[in-house]
Amino acid sequence: MGDVLFLSIKNVNKSFTNNGNSELVLSNIQLDVKEGKFVSILGPSGCGKSTLLSIVAGLASATEGSIELNGKAIKGPGKERGMVFQQAALFPWLTVEENVMFPLLPDMSKKEAQQKALQYLKMVQLSAYTKHSPHEISGGMQQRVAIARALAMDPALLLMDEPFGALDEQTRSRLHEIVENIFLETKKTILFVTHSIAEALKLSDRIVVMGTQPGTILDVIELDFPRPRSQSKEELISYEEKIQALLKSEIDKVTEKEQNHAASR
Amino acid sequence: MQPAVKRIIFYVLLFAVWQGAVYVFQVSPSLLPAPTDVFASLYEGFSNRTLLYDLLASFQRLFIGLAIALILGLLLGVFLAKSKTADETLGSLILALQSVPSIVWLPLAIMWFGLNEMAVIFIVVLGATIVMTINVRTGIINVPPLYIKAARTMNYRGFRLFTKVTIPASVPYAVTGIRLAWAFAWRALMAGELLSTGPGLGYSLRFASDFGDMSRVIAIMLIIMLIGILVDLMFFQRVEKKVLKKWGLATD
Ligand SMILES: Nc1ncnc2c1ncn2[C@@H]1O[C@H](COP(=O)(O)OP(=O)(O)OP(=O)(O)O)[C@@H](O)[C@H]1O
Ligand SMILES: [Mg+2]
Repeated sequence: MGDVLFLSIKNVNKSFTNNGNSELVLSNIQLDVKEGKFVSILGPSGCGKSTLLSIVAGLASATEGSIELNGKAIKGPGKERGMVFQQAALFPWLTVEENVMFPLLPDMSKKEAQQKALQYLKMVQLSAYTKHSPHEISGGMQQRVAIARALAMDPALLLMDEPFGALDEQTRSRLHEIVENIFLETKKTILFVTHSIAEALKLSDRIVVMGTQPGTILDVIELDFPRPRSQSKEELISYEEKIQALLKSEIDKVTEKEQNHAASR
Repeated sequence: MQPAVKRIIFYVLLFAVWQGAVYVFQVSPSLLPAPTDVFASLYEGFSNRTLLYDLLASFQRLFIGLAIALILGLLLGVFLAKSKTADETLGSLILALQSVPSIVWLPLAIMWFGLNEMAVIFIVVLGATIVMTINVRTGIINVPPLYIKAARTMNYRGFRLFTKVTIPASVPYAVTGIRLAWAFAWRALMAGELLSTGPGLGYSLRFASDFGDMSRVIAIMLIIMLIGILVDLMFFQRVEKKVLKKWGLATD
């Protein structure tokens, strides 16, 4: 383990058709991820990060190209891939515990599922809230339940789409710790979408920087620093500047396009 | 002051003014009986059990009608939400029927079923089914796509996805549907009984009116009103509030 080729995204293109005109959202995405790595995808809003992740999740299909997991082409959703969304997406009619049991129940007895759920709720430090309703716990806690729910299926690949985007700074850094610990403990491969450079630098083994219109991979940055990382590390700062420069040219590109578009009307 | 206290004072005043006016202007009881006469008639009706039997008869019809309507409405609502063609064709008819008070079907219903229970139950079913259908359809169409996506990543699809996610996610709309169905059914039932046959509250109201017994007429009107409001306030609004809160849809 460790250096086995695991997830392989091959020449993926994705276009959407809106009122007859087709728009290319992802262009020629190539990415190989090795097992047990924490890979972040960083890019400006609208560059297709969520689209890419939902293709990997099997919720959407690529227009061209293919995605393979352990050599097998992905055709739809599957239990070997768990997903955490920006909103916790917990089911309000179920308790915290029942939400975590939800992916398990089709395959095991209620009792087993309950035990497993408790195990994962412990991992996100919420074992005291099993009988609560989702609306009775905070946003950060809801997101932790969502993480426990995705982990409960014991997926080999965990997909996270800006999971902490809606949370405040303190809650966020607490969750960074939890996620990092889960990553170290369970050795899952994680594909993590974010728009925060600091978040990506803190957590990732690799950062995939994406450009926009159409969405392409601009650069892949390898980070080989020991964990846990403090954000003030000097090496990290140089990376931060590099990524910022990459992203700035992308944002300028969008602004320029928008101005040209406005001028031409 | 508490709203409940304000309300009590208001109703006491209302009855006092009514009583006073009837007394001062010597209004004939066949035009407007005094509240004391109405309450006496209520008391008499309940102590000789006639009103009680009327109530039971009406409720029996209501529950049969409502049960049929809720099941039909659920099935039809699911059907409309799932089939685009059905929604565009049958759906338009159901929307059109919604604008017709169900009581106007009574002449036809009497032709079809005769002047009996069936005709009244038909009216009740018709009125309640339509609102239930519309609400269930809306509820299913408005299930947050995120719930469906999340469930799909957990390997739920097809029938299981529908029963474990789509149906529970649309419960808030279904509850509103049931509440409205009850309200429509109650109104339709009273109209139907008034114009057809008994026993039942509506029928006894017309019977009393034929005999010029306005105290009994108003007594029955009071019962109809009280039941309508109490069931809605004590039961449906509470359930609805709880469900909305739990489903994260409450506005406050
Ligand atoms: N179902 C869809 N139909 C049409 N266009 C879509 C659809 N989903 C996404 N798009 C378009 O694809 C582009 C990429 O969207 P996506 O949500 O993947 O971006 P993102 O990188 O996740 O952005 P953000 O950081 O804001 O979440 C956007 O221009 C969006 O308008
Ligand atoms: Mg996104």
